[in-house]
Amino acid sequence: MSTKIVDRKPLSFFENSYLPTLMSGLKVTWKHFKKSALQGRPLTMEYPEQKWVVPQGYRGAPYLVKDQEGSTKCVSCQLCEFVCPPKAIRITPPGPNGAPADRRNAEKAPAEFEINMLRCIFCGLCQEVCPEEAIFLQKDYSLTGESREEMVYGKAKLLQMGGTHGGIQKWKHKLEEAEAQEVFPVRTN
Amino acid sequence: MNLFDYLEPTTQFVIFSAIKILIVFGVTMTFVAYAVLAERKISAWIQDRVGPNRTAPPITKFIPILGPMLVRLGIFQPMADGLKFLLKEDFTPAYVRKVYFWLAPAIAVIPAFLTLAVIPFGSTLGNPDNKMVIADLNVGILYTFGIVSLGVYGIVLAGYAANSKYPFLGGIRSSAQMISYEIAMGMSVVAVFMVVGDLNLGAVVQYQAKHGWMVLHQPLAFAIFLIAAFAETNRLPFDLPESESELVGGYHTEYSSMKFALFFLGEYAAMISASAMMVTLFFGGWTLPFLSEPASSLLVGLLHIAIFIAKLVVLLVVFIWVRWMLPRFRYDQLMDLGWRRFIPLALGNILATALVLAFISP
Repeated sequence: MSTKIVDRKPLSFFENSYLPTLMSGLKVTWKHFKKSALQGRPLTMEYPEQKWVVPQGYRGAPYLVKDQEGSTKCVSCQLCEFVCPPKAIRITPPGPNGAPADRRNAEKAPAEFEINMLRCIFCGLCQEVCPEEAIFLQKDYSLTGESREEMVYGKAKLLQMGGTHGGIQKWKHKLEEAEAQEVFPVRTN
Repeated sequence: MNLFDYLEPTTQFVIFSAIKILIVFGVTMTFVAYAVLAERKISAWIQDRVGPNRTAPPITKFIPILGPMLVRLGIFQPMADGLKFLLKEDFTPAYVRKVYFWLAPAIAVIPAFLTLAVIPFGSTLGNPDNKMVIADLNVGILYTFGIVSLGVYGIVLAGYAANSKYPFLGGIRSSAQMISYEIAMGMSVVAVFMVVGDLNLGAVVQYQAKHGWMVLHQPLAFAIFLIAAFAETNRLPFDLPESESELVGGYHTEYSSMKFALFFLGEYAAMISASAMMVTLFFGGWTLPFLSEPASSLLVGLLHIAIFIAKLVVLLVVFIWVRWMLPRFRYDQLMDLGWRRFIPLALGNILATALVLAFISP
């Protein structure tokens, strides 16, 4: 049986007088009035003055990060550019004669790295695909600007907003390890 | 005062009346503005919100602690609202019936203010002849009922003039509503005047000063009058002509700017005059049990006016509060309530009062 028949009891004389409804209405409204007017605890969060706590794992604006030594982690591999669904990321690689990376052992760093925040859909694929842990979706949720151009964030701005993200420094000992390979017997520590 | 004494009594009367009219009108307008604020603020609190708390004229920066507090309470909001209404474009749709469209807001707002003329809002001020009532009519209540029902025509006319569906439905509902509450309302008051034996509202106040508030003598009449007052002022749970959730604002859908503001003003002014009426009829007007003699000094006179206003404010808060207590009635339910419950109840009340007056306490 799929239909469930709900009994509708006829209202008693007392209920028909609207008094119980009136009383419960009074009770509910008074409860809320007391809470927000007398105890000063309304539900409203007055936004620009009060801000909500951004939870862990929130996908806000993607920014580039630096490692603990203050050098750019991005190696301009362009995986994020390729994976980006709305094509919000544009990377200009340094090219064959471009400037070297600002840290030892890394092959290259992007000459320019742009994220168009108006296109970005905050999906987090760039963060997921990055082999260098160089880009992270951070906690900024309210990006504003006065023009479209202003909303295209360049490398300098992205790095400045992104801050530092420590972790394994994949390239730090690569040169020593490579040189050690040349020596026999192989150093294993 | 000396210069004043040289004038003829008639001239004095005219000057006094003009001053009283100006003051009552000014105070009522201020009350309307702040009733809107109170409505918004109390509604906000009941719904766990904050309400208007941003309007801050530059001057508040220079008031140390009080300034920000007033801003948070939204004290300056009514000024901003008023200014907004004045500056908005007054748009008249092409298909409306122009004459009635312009006439309706005026008809809606004027009766609400006219009712206030017969309300005794204080005892005397200055000399004992200077009664604090604009028109001391001997048939005060008849005048009130005659005038108050005119307000509905404004609404019906607005619904007709707008020449579109929703306002029309609002107008129809308004007329259906009027025929269901007016009779019960009138009958509920009959019992009050049977007890008092006079139709003058000042006499009603004097009677209550002697014998206790009328709400204790005639609780049923008060209940019926209160509920009918809700219907008369188009307040929830009887805001059928307006019902923004079904009728997109009902009768004032097509109105904008100052014409809309007039309807708005009319609603709140009607609320104030209905409250003033209830204070006078059932809550002892300007008297308190220990302060019932007509004022002998200026200070006591002002105190009486303050008492009247305090009672008025309490009733206004009740009006606003009830808005969030009950859901809107369907209009057949309202008619059922009016015709099948209140009219028999009011008639029964008249009969019972008559019997008590005739046999027990003449």
